[in-house]
Amino acid sequence: MAKPGLDGHDRGAKIIARALRDAGMEVIYTGLRQTPEMIVNAALQEDVQVIGLSILSGAHNAIVPRVLELLREKDMMDVMLIVGGIIPDEDAEALKKQGVAAVFQPGASLDAIVTFIRSGVPVS
Amino acid sequence: MKTAERQFTTISGVPVEPVYGPEHLRDVDPLRDIGSPGEFPYTRGIHRDMYRGKLWTMRQFSGFATPEETNRRYHYLLAQGQTGLSVAFDLPTLMGYDAGHPLSEGEVGKCGASVCSLEDMEILFRGIPLGDVTVSMTINSPASILWAMYLAVAEQQGVDWKRLSGTLQNDILKEYIAQKEYIFPPRPSMRLVTDTIEFGAHHTPRFNPISISGYHIREAGSTAVQELAFTLRDGIEYVDWALERGLAIDDFAPRLSFFFNAHSDFFEEIAKYRAARKIWAYVMRDRYGAASERSMKLRFHAQTAGCSLTWQQPYNNVVRTALQAMAAVLGGAQSLHTNSLDEAYALPSEQAVTIALRTQQVLAYESGVANAADPLGGSYLLEKLTLDTEAAANDYIGRIDRMGGMISAIEAGFPQSEIASASYRYQTEVESGERTIVGVNRFQSDDQPIDLLQVDETSAQHQEQKLAALKQRRSQAAVTKALDALKRAAEGIENTMPYLLDAVRSYATLGEICDALRGVFGTYQETTHL
Repeated sequence: MAKPGLDGHDRGAKIIARALRDAGMEVIYTGLRQTPEMIVNAALQEDVQVIGLSILSGAHNAIVPRVLELLREKDMMDVMLIVGGIIPDEDAEALKKQGVAAVFQPGASLDAIVTFIRSGVPVS
Repeated sequence: MKTAERQFTTISGVPVEPVYGPEHLRDVDPLRDIGSPGEFPYTRGIHRDMYRGKLWTMRQFSGFATPEETNRRYHYLLAQGQTGLSVAFDLPTLMGYDAGHPLSEGEVGKCGASVCSLEDMEILFRGIPLGDVTVSMTINSPASILWAMYLAVAEQQGVDWKRLSGTLQNDILKEYIAQKEYIFPPRPSMRLVTDTIEFGAHHTPRFNPISISGYHIREAGSTAVQELAFTLRDGIEYVDWALERGLAIDDFAPRLSFFFNAHSDFFEEIAKYRAARKIWAYVMRDRYGAASERSMKLRFHAQTAGCSLTWQQPYNNVVRTALQAMAAVLGGAQSLHTNSLDEAYALPSEQAVTIALRTQQVLAYESGVANAADPLGGSYLLEKLTLDTEAAANDYIGRIDRMGGMISAIEAGFPQSEIASASYRYQTEVESGERTIVGVNRFQSDDQPIDLLQVDETSAQHQEQKLAALKQRRSQAAVTKALDALKRAAEGIENTMPYLLDAVRSYATLGEICDALRGVFGTYQETTHL
């Protein structure tokens, strides 16, 4: 669970991290102001199956493609990338075409997020 | 859920009885425990005539893309009847980075106006007479730098600083607690804040150098009592530092201002504002020995709750905002921002912000709520809730006192973990359906798309080009000299404001000035509390 870019609004990211833990998943929360490089490196080191990005700042069209590019470079295409935050519908569609597995906009339920991850990720 | 099983609580979880009567106020002495508007402890308002004397300032928080475009929006809002300006800066500016810095990529102009230098501040206020228009600036870590730019623009306009009226948010403690827009560690940051309070006391008697804020604490998910208690305890911390600096309480306390959220639970909010005034009046008089009434009167700006507005069925947000605004007015706010219906989507479009402003105007001129001071005073429910809120907030304030103060509490993670727990509890209530959010977990329907304000990467390009041209025009020698002097002052104990003024006048950029200070103060890394 990562907060990329300068955005410091972490209420949602922290709630989701906690909800995923309560649902039995192992969660690493990166904290604030992470660059795409820092996030992908952490994901690689921790050998995660899913990366969640929380972006409310409007910077998603700069940040997300960079994360996808790094995942490709590091041969981490099996890692599921999900994004949440203030992402307009057209941008969400475009991000999904680029390889984002799901975009969760405001009002998305914790249940929906947990279910989505569970359905797409094999339990190790 | 059957009525008998349901818990009726405020949105913060405070139980509410089916009805309130005189028995709830049995031990209450109205004169001692509540008071009158304009009289200590100001529970009922800081002025006897409240809005009859002067309406609250209609002050829409605003800013996007470039200073040029933001200036146009300011002229529009003033023409539509707004009575004060409020500046929103973008994330790079808030975090002390220029456009073009690697960390600014994708962020320039997206959450507010990009201001990289004095030149941008000049553009921002083009055609706006700073001697006549009050200006609030929402900026925290680099607040003293942006304030220096504002003072320099006033200077250019030929306006005496003693005439300047406005507010600088400049509340760094709540950044560590909630908003997370910190740059430097707590103690150097408190030094910068104290520098502005001291400078303001001597040079800008009509300007509020700080807006001690609960809004962001509430947006992060706190309860109403936590919002109130952490805000006032932050205030106490600032007062202690100013007194330590050698200022006399009545020399600066009159210009401390506050900023609260106007959230959805109507009576809880009104009780919160009334309790805030009462607690602060006693703190000033009894804890600090303030003699001036002006020190004891808590003045506040309110903003309706952004976190309560929904992505689903955005037109419902107009209703939410109207109710929240009414609570703020019935609670005696001096200044008010109303959110726009597109809050969950983007920065306000022109149409959306116009409706938000009209909401305040309808309240002010059509609803009658401004005709009498504290019109709900005497309500059994409200008076009981005010007293309970006061007691609960004082309890928290005492706990933080015993922890050694707010900085110690922050280092221990106390307010942060209280907020995280409250926000998680609230979310589980929403997820389970225990708490209804209309359009989200109940009464869903399909949405029509709405027109949104778009900010694209041309703002970043524009700002970068301007910076390049600026760096060609200015005297690099003057910039270097100013930054060196600033660094020496920062390393010592002098007030940094004169050095910041010299730096901005030399057209050193925000990023350059912040880098100079980062070199001296270091940067802050938080420990996460889920």
